[in-house]
Amino acid sequence: MDFSYSEEQQMLKESVGKFVQQQYDFESRNRIAASDAGYSEENWKLFAELGWLTVPFSEADGGFGDSAVDVMAMMEEFGKAMLVEPYLATAVLAGRLLAALGSEEQKAELLPSLMAGNLQLALAWAETGSRYNLANVRLSARSEGGDVILDGVKVNVLNGPNADKLLVTARENGAAADREGISVFLVDREADGVHVQDYANIDGGRAAKVTFSEVRIPESARFGEAGGALTALEQVVDHATVAICAQAIGALDALLQKTVEYSKTRKQFGVHIGSFQALQHRMADMFMECQLARSITVMAAMQLDSDESAAAMAAAVSAAKSRVGKAIRRVGQEAIQIHGGIGMTDELDVSHLFRQVTGLELLFGDADFHTGRFARLQAAGTKQD
Amino acid sequence: MNADFTPEDLAFREEVREFLQNEFPAELREKVDAGIRLSKDEIVRWQKILYKQGWAAPNWPVEFGGAGWTATQKHIFAMEMGLIGAPEPVPFGMKMVAPVLMAYGSEEQQQRFLPDILQSNVWWCQGYSEPNSGSDLASLKTSAVRDGDDYIVNGSKTWNTYGQYADWIFCLVRTDTTVKKQEGISFLLIDMKSPGVSHRPIVLMDGHIEVNEIFFDDVRVPAANLIGEQDKGWTYAKVLLTHERTNIALVPRSTRRLRALRRAAASLDDGYGGSMLDDPVFSHRLAELEIELKALEYTELRTLASLSVGKSPGPESSILKVVGTELAQRIDEMFVELAGYHSLPYLPEQFDEGFQGAPLEPGVPAGQGLVYLNDRKLSIFGGSNEIQRNIVSKAVLGL
Repeated sequence: MDFSYSEEQQMLKESVGKFVQQQYDFESRNRIAASDAGYSEENWKLFAELGWLTVPFSEADGGFGDSAVDVMAMMEEFGKAMLVEPYLATAVLAGRLLAALGSEEQKAELLPSLMAGNLQLALAWAETGSRYNLANVRLSARSEGGDVILDGVKVNVLNGPNADKLLVTARENGAAADREGISVFLVDREADGVHVQDYANIDGGRAAKVTFSEVRIPESARFGEAGGALTALEQVVDHATVAICAQAIGALDALLQKTVEYSKTRKQFGVHIGSFQALQHRMADMFMECQLARSITVMAAMQLDSDESAAAMAAAVSAAKSRVGKAIRRVGQEAIQIHGGIGMTDELDVSHLFRQVTGLELLFGDADFHTGRFARLQAAGTKQD
Repeated sequence: MNADFTPEDLAFREEVREFLQNEFPAELREKVDAGIRLSKDEIVRWQKILYKQGWAAPNWPVEFGGAGWTATQKHIFAMEMGLIGAPEPVPFGMKMVAPVLMAYGSEEQQQRFLPDILQSNVWWCQGYSEPNSGSDLASLKTSAVRDGDDYIVNGSKTWNTYGQYADWIFCLVRTDTTVKKQEGISFLLIDMKSPGVSHRPIVLMDGHIEVNEIFFDDVRVPAANLIGEQDKGWTYAKVLLTHERTNIALVPRSTRRLRALRRAAASLDDGYGGSMLDDPVFSHRLAELEIELKALEYTELRTLASLSVGKSPGPESSILKVVGTELAQRIDEMFVELAGYHSLPYLPEQFDEGFQGAPLEPGVPAGQGLVYLNDRKLSIFGGSNEIQRNIVSKAVLGL
C-alpha cells in the first residue's frame, strides 16, 4: 500500500504546479479565457515541450505511460488554477479514444502531431436526447458509394470551436440506444456540411453545438470495426471521468482554502467571521468533503491502473464521480455562502472556481446518474455471487 | 501510488483468515451471526485465545507483549476480525489505560498492571465523564484530597461502559481547585472493590444496561496509584483521547453490515412482487452508503499509509470519527426501513442467549429498531461529533 506519488509523478506535479504559479495567475487566466480562441496557443506549445501532452498515452504509442494516477496528478493542479487549455478534450478524451480504436496507420498519422502540440481534437459524443447514456447515439452513418454519409447533431462538443478534427460517434445500424452499431469517425472541422456553433461554457472553456448535414467522408475515416466502438468509448470516458474528479478536488481544495482565509480576515460585529462556530463547523464539513472526494478519486485512479475487471473499474469510477459530485455541491455552495455578497461577484476567483466545479459536476453524468450506474453494477455482482 | 498489499501482507491475511476460521469458537460465531450479545466470560475467553496466539494487543509495542505489526497488518487484522464478527478487545484496558501507563506510568506500575491487561485477567472501565462534565470534560469535579499515603476520593462518574463488570477504573480527578481547570486534574487508578465505591446501572432507550453511574464516597486510594505527576493528568488524558480516535471509523463493522443489508434486501419482498433491491429509491440509497464506505475506507487507508512512514495521526483523524459514526448510523436507518414492521417490537431480551420470541421472522434482520436506538450513542461518545468538528476547525483549519 502506497498513497504517495512516485518521484516521476511528483516531478510532473511540480512542473505543472510551477507553471500555473508563475504563468497562470487569475488575471492571466481570465485574459486567456476571454481571448478569441479561449486558450493560449503559446501555452499549448509549452505543454508539448514539457511533455505533458504525452502523459495519457502508452509507451507503445510514443507516450509517457498512460497512467490514470499521472493524469490525476496533473489535473488536480489544472483544477486549482482553472486552466482553460483543452487538455481534457484533446488529449484525455479524443486522443485516448483515437489511441484505443485507431489502426497503427491512423495513430501514426495523428498521435505524434497531437503530442507535439500541432493538432487540436474534439470528441463529439453527446446529443440532445442522449443525456449521459453513451450508447444513445442517433447521429446516423450510412454507406454510399464507398463513402460514409453522416447526418445529425452533437452538443457539448468540448473544444469544438478550436479542434482541427472531430471524432464523432455515429450509428451505423440498430436502434437509438443499442450497444451495437456505434462507430467513431474522424471528420475535418472544415468539411462540407459541418456547421459549428461555438460558445463559452460555464467553466470558462469553449464548446460547440455541431450539426452534420450530409457530411461525406471516406470509409478510411472510421476508427476500429464498424459498429463496435462503444466499449472503448465507455472506457475512455471512464478515464476522463476520473481525470475531471481530480480536476475537481484541486478546485475544491482551493475553494476551501480561500474560504478559510477569507473568514480569518473578514470582520463583522467586531470579530473575524471565522470565530463563529456556525461557520467553523461548516468549514470543518467542507474539509471532510474535500478529503472524502480525494480518497475516492485516488481509489478510482488506482483501480484504473490495476488489472481489475472492467466491471470493477466502472463501479469504482462511478463511485468516485457520485461522491465527488456531492462534494462539489456542498463545498462549492458553502464557499459562496460563507463569502457572502463578494462571493457572488465575477471579480472574485471564488465564483469562477464555483463555475468550474459546477461544470464538472454535470460532465459525464451527475451524482444521481453515477449512483444509479454503481447500483446496477453492484446488483449484477450480487446476482453472480 | 497503489492500494495493493505486498506478498507478505497477503500471506499475513491468509494466516489471519485461517486462524479466525479455526480458532474463533463456533458457538460464539453462531451467537454473533444471530445477533446475540456475548457475555463477559465469552469476550474474555476469546481475548485469551488471541493472547495465546500473541495477537491480543495489535497496537502495543513488542516490548510490552504487543504484536509488533505494521499499520497495514493492523488494518488487515481489524478488517478480518470485523468481517466474521469476532469481538474486538474491550478497549478500556487495552487501548485506553495501557498507552497511558506505557507513556507516563512508573516501571512498577507498568509491571503491576500491563500483564493483566494483556492476558485479560482484569476488566477496566473509564472514569472520565461526570453528570455535569460531558463535552467540557475539564470542568470535572470528582475530588481527590491527599491524606498521608492516600488520596480520599469523592464524587461520581457516569457513562461507564460495562462498569458493572469492571475490576478497576481509571479516573480523572480534581486535585487542585485554585488553578485553571485543566491544570488541577490528576490521573488515578482505583480498585472497584475499594470501600465506598458503588454503581447504579443506567438503562438506555433500547432497554439495555450498558452504562453505569459510579459513586465514590470517601474512597481511600493509595498514592502509588497516581499516574505521573499530580495535577498533570489533563496532558495524559489527551494522549488517551487521540488513541480513542483511531479505529473509530468502524470500517470493518460497516462493511459487514452493508453486505448483510444488500443480501437481505435481495431476498425480502418489496410488497409489489419484487425484492427490496428492485425498489429504485432503496437501491439508490444503499448504493450511496456503499460509495460513502469506499470514500471512508480510502480515507482511513491514506491515514494509515502516512503512519507507516513514521507520521502520527493528526487532528485530521477526527474526520474518521465523524464520517465513520455517521455512516454507521445511516446504515442502521436503512436496516430499520428494510425490516419495516419487524423493527417495531421492543424486546431488549432478544439479544440475550436462549431468546425464542414469537415476533422474530426468519430471514428478516432482527432487532434493528433497538440497534438504531442504541447507535445514536456513536455520534455522542468519544468526543461528540460537534467536538470533532471543533478540533478540525481549530487544529486543521486554524480557525
